[in-house]
Amino acid sequence: MAADHQKLRVATTSLAGCFGCHMSLLDIDERLLELLERIELDRSPLTDVKRVGPCDLGIVEGGLCNAENVHVLREFRRNCRVLLAIGACAVNGGLPAQRNHLDVRDCLQTVYLTGAGIRRGFIPNDPELPLPLDRVHPLHDVVKVDYFLPGCPPPADAIWKFLNDLLAGRTPTLGHGLIHYD
Amino acid sequence: MEPAADAHDPRTFTMDGRDVPFEAGQTVLRAALAAGRYVPHLCYHPEFDPHGSCKLCTVKLNGRTVASCTTLARAGDEVESDTPELQELRRNLVQFLFVEGNHFCPSCERSGSCTLQAVAYDLGVMAEHFSPFFPDRPIDASHPDVLLDFNRCILCELCVRASAEVDGKHVFALSGRGAQKHLIVNAESGRLADTRLAVEDKAMDVCPVGVILRKRRGFLVPIGERKYDQRSIREIATANAGSSARPPAAREP
Amino acid sequence: MSRDLSAILAKYEQDPLRLVQILRSVVAEDGYVSKETITAIAERLALPRGRVEGVAGFYAFLPTEDVGRYRVLFSDNVTDRMAGSVELRERMQEAFGVRLGEVSRDGLVSIGTTSCTGLCDQGPAMLINGRAIPRLTRARVGAISAMIHGRAPIETWPLNLFEVHSNVLRKDALLSTPLEPGAAIDAALARGPESTIEEVKRSTLRGRGGAGFSTGSKWELCRAAPGEARYVVCNADEGEPGTFKDRALLADYADLVFEGMTVAAFAIGAKRGFLYLRAEYPFLLEPLEATLADRRRRGLLGEAIRGVAGFDFDIEIHVGAGAYVCGEESALIESLEGKRGIPRNRPPYPVTHGYRQAPTIVNNVETLALAAMVVRHGHQWLRARGAGKSAGTKLMSVSGDVERPGVYELPFGVTVREVLEAAGARSVQAVQVGGPSGTLLSPSELGRRLMFDDVPTAGAFMVFDDSRDILQVLENFATFFAHESCGFCTPCRVGTALQRRMASALAKGFGTRRDVKDLARVARVMRASSHCGLGATAGNVALDALEKFRPAFDRRLGTLEVMPTFDLDRSLAPAREVAGRDDEQAHLRREEER
Ligand SMILES: Cc1cc2nc3c(=O)[nH]c(=O)nc-3n(C[C@H](O)[C@H](O)[C@H](O)COP(=O)(O)O)c2cc1C
Ligand code: SF4
Ligand code: SF4
Ligand code: SF4
Ligand code: FES
Repeated sequence: MAADHQKLRVATTSLAGCFGCHMSLLDIDERLLELLERIELDRSPLTDVKRVGPCDLGIVEGGLCNAENVHVLREFRRNCRVLLAIGACAVNGGLPAQRNHLDVRDCLQTVYLTGAGIRRGFIPNDPELPLPLDRVHPLHDVVKVDYFLPGCPPPADAIWKFLNDLLAGRTPTLGHGLIHYD
Repeated sequence: MEPAADAHDPRTFTMDGRDVPFEAGQTVLRAALAAGRYVPHLCYHPEFDPHGSCKLCTVKLNGRTVASCTTLARAGDEVESDTPELQELRRNLVQFLFVEGNHFCPSCERSGSCTLQAVAYDLGVMAEHFSPFFPDRPIDASHPDVLLDFNRCILCELCVRASAEVDGKHVFALSGRGAQKHLIVNAESGRLADTRLAVEDKAMDVCPVGVILRKRRGFLVPIGERKYDQRSIREIATANAGSSARPPAAREP
Repeated sequence: MSRDLSAILAKYEQDPLRLVQILRSVVAEDGYVSKETITAIAERLALPRGRVEGVAGFYAFLPTEDVGRYRVLFSDNVTDRMAGSVELRERMQEAFGVRLGEVSRDGLVSIGTTSCTGLCDQGPAMLINGRAIPRLTRARVGAISAMIHGRAPIETWPLNLFEVHSNVLRKDALLSTPLEPGAAIDAALARGPESTIEEVKRSTLRGRGGAGFSTGSKWELCRAAPGEARYVVCNADEGEPGTFKDRALLADYADLVFEGMTVAAFAIGAKRGFLYLRAEYPFLLEPLEATLADRRRRGLLGEAIRGVAGFDFDIEIHVGAGAYVCGEESALIESLEGKRGIPRNRPPYPVTHGYRQAPTIVNNVETLALAAMVVRHGHQWLRARGAGKSAGTKLMSVSGDVERPGVYELPFGVTVREVLEAAGARSVQAVQVGGPSGTLLSPSELGRRLMFDDVPTAGAFMVFDDSRDILQVLENFATFFAHESCGFCTPCRVGTALQRRMASALAKGFGTRRDVKDLARVARVMRASSHCGLGATAGNVALDALEKFRPAFDRRLGTLEVMPTFDLDRSLAPAREVAGRDDEQAHLRREEER
């Protein structure tokens, strides 16, 4: 990917995720400095850039839970040459997908109308609020995903190895101990 | 038909070019494991008749694909197992199993000790590839000591076999067919509490995944000390290789 | 509250091996098998309850929930659809206000679909409470609906509704050479068992059920296998969509088929035989029973056949319950034993370990009819026709876009073109030979020959003209396999479900390049690792279509590599509904393609 020695432009985001994967990314500790010599960040919770521009690599944490997630993912896909799904939620829906056997109508009603402690609740209809999808989906259900890095979250060492391989132009591989799904 | 062989005079077939000795009546899979050669497998269990349903153990035998757990070893056969083509086939089969059920490992108490997960790690499965089915499979918490989480069932029938053959209780059975095939329990109410299952049953201990769970025992083993945290399934499955301590005699097909 | 089972259980001698027949009888009387009835049957047969529930849950025609007083199942082969079955079904659903597979609120009727009922030459067809009605038209469906509304018992409906034609349109050696009942048995008795088998071997007769195994060798292996009891099974499951030639044989040549079974019994030393009849052919049951009774009366069945002491043989008809996989010989035997129809691990094969683990031959209806002829007329009779290693003639079931659908007896080696000409086909786009598990041929292949070494076939021949959509054909076949997979092995259980989903997405224009790649990938996984022929062949049509009709796919694909595998906008609908929104942000459009 980085045949020349230009810095690689990387964007990251968290959709229906918990930022755990981002935390794990920060967990690579002092190796971050080394990484930052080789990449520059575009849109990311770490930068505050609001819209993603053309990038070499997009790293997406979290699955697709609502319409907003779909918009952001599509924007990433349009702008990133390579897309990496990071973490269990991005890879297979993860914990949020455990609501998939419930009717989303019942979920909304319970949360806003009938749940404990709610008096005179109502279901918000503000167009600013993204509507939930009837089911949570992994990223590859909606766009092409080039690489997957499982884990909840993936260990920092796995992320480091994975990014290193990618930056060096190798197909990333993880041996025993680095691949895990939990 | 081969002439009956002397059990003390092991003959050999080759697997990926190397000799594997076997005894008369042994399957390819059993002989390979005994020789320290790992072939991924899920529905095979040394104490039970081979089942032949998961197809993870598929190998090429003289050029034809067969399930190694149900195929008897024959002298001179050439078996391929650890080839890119067969590993890719196995990865696909594992992906099939993942998308078919609801496998959310982070919240599964079998995680770290789960055979399906360990096999997937061994094969280097990074994602499910296909779209998940997200089936709706309610759990059964009716039994005082046992929880059934059908979301993770891979339909290997080990519990069915154990309950019938060892426990003599027939607690588990299968119904439906195709993608609707599912595990049922032996009760008109459909509830585990109304069966004769007891925590001492063999059926409690054979599930390769996280379906049949003892209540109040989840997540007791800390991460790092679970079955496959230290050693891969490949290492564990072939650990007894060569030693004379063989698993209890099982009936071969 | 449990029902009285005594009469049914008595009829089947309380025999657990006859569980499928017992459950069928319950359904015939009650419409379905209730939970309580399952418990009661299990108790009376001393079987684990889960076993009985599992068997009922396996077969399409053993519902475990109320399916209404009238259960209507439209045959859903592609040929039924081409003849307009979908429109007829939807009209009927509308008339009763029910959705597909649903029971009407008054419990009167449910309307669903079922796999090909073997009436492709006279479709569209339906089953109503298990009885077949062919040649559906708006008028017929209207009349049926009226009788259902009026709650008229099916026994009182006009008989012509249920009339099934044999439609034999060309006869060759098998169908036009007369055979006096008993003549082949006499010939076998004169030859003795070994040389009877020898004669069949010399004829080079190969099985007509699909695999093409040498019939003589099969009989020889079975005769040589150690064991006390031996069994002859006639495979009349005929489940491959587009196949209906055994239906015609059993309707018009039952004596010949039973003669073949009896000859086989003599050759291998069997005392009992079974005819495994698919449930979709209930109209054949009474005539077949009558033929059996007649043969018993004439000393062609029963004890001391033809007066020969010790030559005892009788035949029992076992009716299936809606499972294509039960045509696979070892699954068929499981079903005969009253179990779920799961193919066994092989070896051992049925010839050594078949019904009740005893040596058993399973042969197709047509094979047995031919065997009787060979034993009577000598091996040359068969070898006078055919080509290469395919001696004799073959019955073809021709349907689809042809002027004269029906059964044609043609010599092996006949070209696809010749069959098309015989049946009157024009502007042919494709021909599916051998059913969904067979071969999809393009117009450039019409010179190919129907025979074991070129295009093998168990007899289905479905023609699609220019107006048809190959992707809909693929979707129909994929749906068939997903419905019929027994679910035992991973590749087929999951692979057929994936295949259906992708084929359906492609047919509806939601498909992507990834689906096209995955269709081939899934087909290869199924082919390489499936447990039985169903899964091993379930991807054939996809692979053939991808190779031979690629533009049909490309035309439907967008430029995106991946599109949502589901309808994104629709997946917001439930939330829109409860939030009462319909603004722009409350929708997700299909992505612009680049
Ligand atoms: C899924 C599947 C379905 C089959 N269905 C039939 C069938 O309906 N009729 C039949 O004769 N053979 C069928 N067969 C083939 C049988 O397994 C068996 O080969 C055949 O009955 C042997 O008879 P033959 O040697 O006379 O052809 C089927 C095979 C498979 C794998
Ligand atoms: S059963 Fe195994 S693979 Fe499934 S969720 Fe649990 S740990 Fe993961
Ligand atoms: S519950 Fe476990 S042992 Fe039983 S069939 Fe499912 S995966 Fe196998
Ligand atoms: S291939 Fe299909 S039908 Fe055959 S055993 Fe496997 S799941 Fe059953
Ligand atoms: S281990 Fe052989 S098929 Fe499952």
